[in-house]
Amino acid sequence: MIYAEILAGGKGTRMGNINMPKQFLTLNNKPIIIHTIEKFILNDRFDKILVVSPKEWIIHTKDIIRKYISGDDRIVVVEGGKDRNDSIMSGINYIEKTFGLNDDDVIITHDSVRPFLTHRIIEENIDSALEYRAVDTVIEAIDTIIESTDGEIISNIPVRSAMYQGQTPQSFNIKMLVDHYHSLSDEQKNILTDACKICALKGENVKLVKGEVFNIKVTTPYDLKVANAIIQESIGR
Amino acid sequence: MINQVYRLVSPRQFEVTYNDESLQTDYVVVRPTHLSICAADQRYYTGTRGKHAMAKKLPMALIHEGIGKVVYDSKGEFKTGTKVVMVPNTPTEEDDIIGENYLRSSKFRSSGYDGFMQDYVFLRRDRLVQLPEDMSPHVAAFIELITITMHSLIRFEQKAHTRRDTFGVWGDGNLGFISSLILKKRYPDSKVYLFGKTKYKMEHFSFIDEAYNIDEIPDDLQIDHAFECAGGKGSQDAINQIIDYIHPEGSIAILGVSEYPVEINTRMILEKGLTVIGSSRSGRADFVNTVEFMKEIPEVVEYLELLVGSVHEVRTIQDIIDAFEKDLTTSWGKTIMEWKI
Repeated sequence: MIYAEILAGGKGTRMGNINMPKQFLTLNNKPIIIHTIEKFILNDRFDKILVVSPKEWIIHTKDIIRKYISGDDRIVVVEGGKDRNDSIMSGINYIEKTFGLNDDDVIITHDSVRPFLTHRIIEENIDSALEYRAVDTVIEAIDTIIESTDGEIISNIPVRSAMYQGQTPQSFNIKMLVDHYHSLSDEQKNILTDACKICALKGENVKLVKGEVFNIKVTTPYDLKVANAIIQESIGR
Repeated sequence: MINQVYRLVSPRQFEVTYNDESLQTDYVVVRPTHLSICAADQRYYTGTRGKHAMAKKLPMALIHEGIGKVVYDSKGEFKTGTKVVMVPNTPTEEDDIIGENYLRSSKFRSSGYDGFMQDYVFLRRDRLVQLPEDMSPHVAAFIELITITMHSLIRFEQKAHTRRDTFGVWGDGNLGFISSLILKKRYPDSKVYLFGKTKYKMEHFSFIDEAYNIDEIPDDLQIDHAFECAGGKGSQDAINQIIDYIHPEGSIAILGVSEYPVEINTRMILEKGLTVIGSSRSGRADFVNTVEFMKEIPEVVEYLELLVGSVHEVRTIQDIIDAFEKDLTTSWGKTIMEWKI
């Protein structure tokens, strides 16, 4: 089975003084998360599309899905966990309880606030997850990456041509991810917030899929302005 | 949903733009799978369409020949996964006399209206025609071009006299190939002659009765009706040659597009009482007829495989440019893009 898992666990603290998580803010009069879910609906390879939401926003999430998207019984809203990986695991727990886990099941996890992804990015994630078991979506680093361990002085400047910026989706063979996650101590779980990093540290070859510069994460008021502007530019044609 | 649209913004330059689309409408959502490049697209891509037209019509997504699969239909009439050919003409009114492709109000994709180079195409439900599961997608990709012949043939049959023993087809390119093939299959007992000028191209036409170089046509040769598929500057010579070799009261179907007005021998059109039938583009009915014709005579699809010139997998904008550039240097056949962007 091929699952999608849209991660909407965030509570939007970076969006400033707004009392609603960022995934519910509107882009051209529609919540961002709806734009994102719609891209997944248009891919018929998904057997189920899980939407992971903070507990207190589950009702709201269900309501807006009902309002904007009628009649796709593949969508399920699931309660999220305390952090990103815990939320991924909540989705997987739901899958295990409801459908059971098979050796070749894969999950395509995606930030709910990246509504600009394309058909190609989703397709290549599915294909690569089936072939390589772990996938990260990246773009080549645009700016030079500076490393500073103390935030004061440069400790390292890595070669830019070998640097990439991570986006989502991140995709996994489910059983492989579960095995590696459960082998971590609680302390490691707190440090390793990126599921691809867990896979890489455990010796998996994590395949890169090319993202897009425009596959932006809408997390700040600035991003929201940019996102609205690039849609508005095309309206009227 | 935010839909990526890949538009030509100036000659040889594509950019991605983003349209907000709603799924909950009457439109059917189709994921393009195979797109085919037409000479008309190339006139925009290379900028030869003329400054005025370029300024008026760009930015615009190119491509009006293509197939895809249905990914969403809010009414549930089309099953998800159904393979379809997309109809590029979009009428905005109905008329009892004038066909949908001749109404001046109709919109045509990749001619002032976004073509199929998009992440998803939103189409009115009458702008889709279902394809058989097993039809070659590389041939199906250029069904729109085949409908051009089908459309002109149906108009010809409505207007031309019924002695149809010999047909002449002028033009050894893609449209000439398709037209002579369909004529031969539709009129197996009639003679179909090809008139061309490029030997290696003419050698592909194995199904016709005779091929003539346009400089070596026997003086006593005569035909009942003719199809002009030359286009461009060549259409003037082609039409005048047809006028010379056609029997009186014959019909001449003109299919080739020319950027400039051409001079034709009207004196002989009058003397011979000829009928000149113009036709352009096609409508939904032509797509239905064409798909049925291809289903009934599977051999047609086999012959059309010869027209698949090159196939390009497209995952990036650079791949689109590479496909268009390759198409420009290809002298035979259609360039197909496997749309994986």
